[in-house]
Amino acid sequence: MKKQNPNRRDFLKGAGALAAASTLPLTSVELAFADSAKNFTFAYISDAHIQHIAGDRFVRNWDRGLIRAVAETNLLLPKPDFVMFGGDLAQLGTKAELDHGAEMLAKLNYKTHMVMGEHDYYLDLGEYWSELFGPHWYSFDHKGVHFVVLNSILTYDEWTFERWPTATQRMLEMAGLDNPNGSPFMVGEKQRAWLADDLSGVGKDTPVVVFSHSPIQKLYKGWNFWTEDAEQVQALLQPFNDATVIYGHVHQIQYNQIGNISFQAVMATAWPWPYPGTYAQAEHTMPKITVPMNRADPFFERDATGWQFIDLANGRTSMTYHLYNNTNRTVAYDPAAGKPVDTRFQDVGNRVPPQTHY
Amino acid sequence: MAKKHLWALFIVVATLAVVGVSLQADEFTDTDVERWQAEYMTVVAEGRALWGSPDLGTNGVACGQCHPNAANTHPETYPKFQKQLGRVIAVREMINWCIMNPLEGETLELDDPRMIALEAYIAYERRGVALDPGKH
Ligand code: HEC
Repeated sequence: MKKQNPNRRDFLKGAGALAAASTLPLTSVELAFADSAKNFTFAYISDAHIQHIAGDRFVRNWDRGLIRAVAETNLLLPKPDFVMFGGDLAQLGTKAELDHGAEMLAKLNYKTHMVMGEHDYYLDLGEYWSELFGPHWYSFDHKGVHFVVLNSILTYDEWTFERWPTATQRMLEMAGLDNPNGSPFMVGEKQRAWLADDLSGVGKDTPVVVFSHSPIQKLYKGWNFWTEDAEQVQALLQPFNDATVIYGHVHQIQYNQIGNISFQAVMATAWPWPYPGTYAQAEHTMPKITVPMNRADPFFERDATGWQFIDLANGRTSMTYHLYNNTNRTVAYDPAAGKPVDTRFQDVGNRVPPQTHY
Repeated sequence: MAKKHLWALFIVVATLAVVGVSLQADEFTDTDVERWQAEYMTVVAEGRALWGSPDLGTNGVACGQCHPNAANTHPETYPKFQKQLGRVIAVREMINWCIMNPLEGETLELDDPRMIALEAYIAYERRGVALDPGKH
């Protein structure tokens, strides 16, 4: 242990993560696949929103969130098979932001797969992101599970290509969550055709896990907690016995079940968002089964942010929300109930006051 | 005695005259109401613009990044006790707190027109919600 990797040491010091080392989640899930080699874990980091100020200055708060997630993920034992990054690495899609974010992600000791977010995309339509990370949508197989990565933050061509005088304005218009000049997210016809083709070779008993940035459900259009062609994408997934969609964008705990498809959202490393129900002037359709995250304490800048650790046993996810300033939460698929449930807080009697949002 | 009565009468008449004038001043028309509402909405619009502005603080962060449509600002719950500050505060102090911290900015005077605009905007987004001072 004398020859400690200096990078790693600096990292731990920088992130102040030493104390966390003893509390990282150790998975103890029973082997659920007949073939134990098929049970595995992966980590999920999302929504870092790395924001450039000027020169070499970036918003410190968001930097700290991502640095900490990377440092803690590197400490996981057993080691995850890979890490997903769920999109919105940048705030305004600039090279400076994407480079700075990529540099932080490069410290991960694992293979990392990337999902496109709208904040990465709408400046140059994902061109520089592609140079750094590769294709906007793709699939891969791992230990008997079929993984699909979608770019779900596309929108109508007229909005993307014709409406805005400059790329910078287009980016700013899409970056404002509550901006009425924004436009609904969608996967689009071309990508749906690709998805249908991609899935046509996959057996219906093979677990399918889809990673997207937007929810692939219609929850609240005003903040783009929404995918315009959600039903068409869902229709392609319904024939599978075990399908799961894991998404970012919403910066909060959400989970849902629609037919055979389980949905689970992940936290941001940057900042939490209010639930749509807290906006007094609009209607929403948030999943009733979700037990919300705790209301954030603004005096702890990392409260209600964090990253996820996912156990994929039997093709279904058990997701532990690793929350920096709060009690961790675990939401796992319950085969008896046929939907994801919070392992501790699902019963109304077990809820705590901070889970009430208004 | 008669003189005293006269004085009293004079005072009553004078008072009525004053009240009479103020009764007239209290009359307003639909046009007035529309204008006053428009004045308020102008300030709301200024608040909304500040809400998305990177210039309120020093790091380019805007209120709207964390509070879309001013959600989770709960103006109807103020004044209320903030445990971290250890006292009952007005919503403007919490606005200043968020300017100082997430935005790394300088606090505004409590009667700064920008402060009034921010409060006008969050109150507007919260319209219709019952007052509930003190609620955490
Ligand atoms: C980094 C995210 C972030 C930014 C940026 C931010 N806030 Fe906050 N703010 C919070 C959080 C989190 C809370 C706590 C919300 C709650 O109590 O549910 C909060 C609370 C508040 C409250 C009190 C809410 C309550 O329930 O008592 C007000 C008022 C407020 N913010 C105003 C502002 C204003 C004005 C700005 C811009 C100058 C701003 N905030 C910017 C995160 C932020």
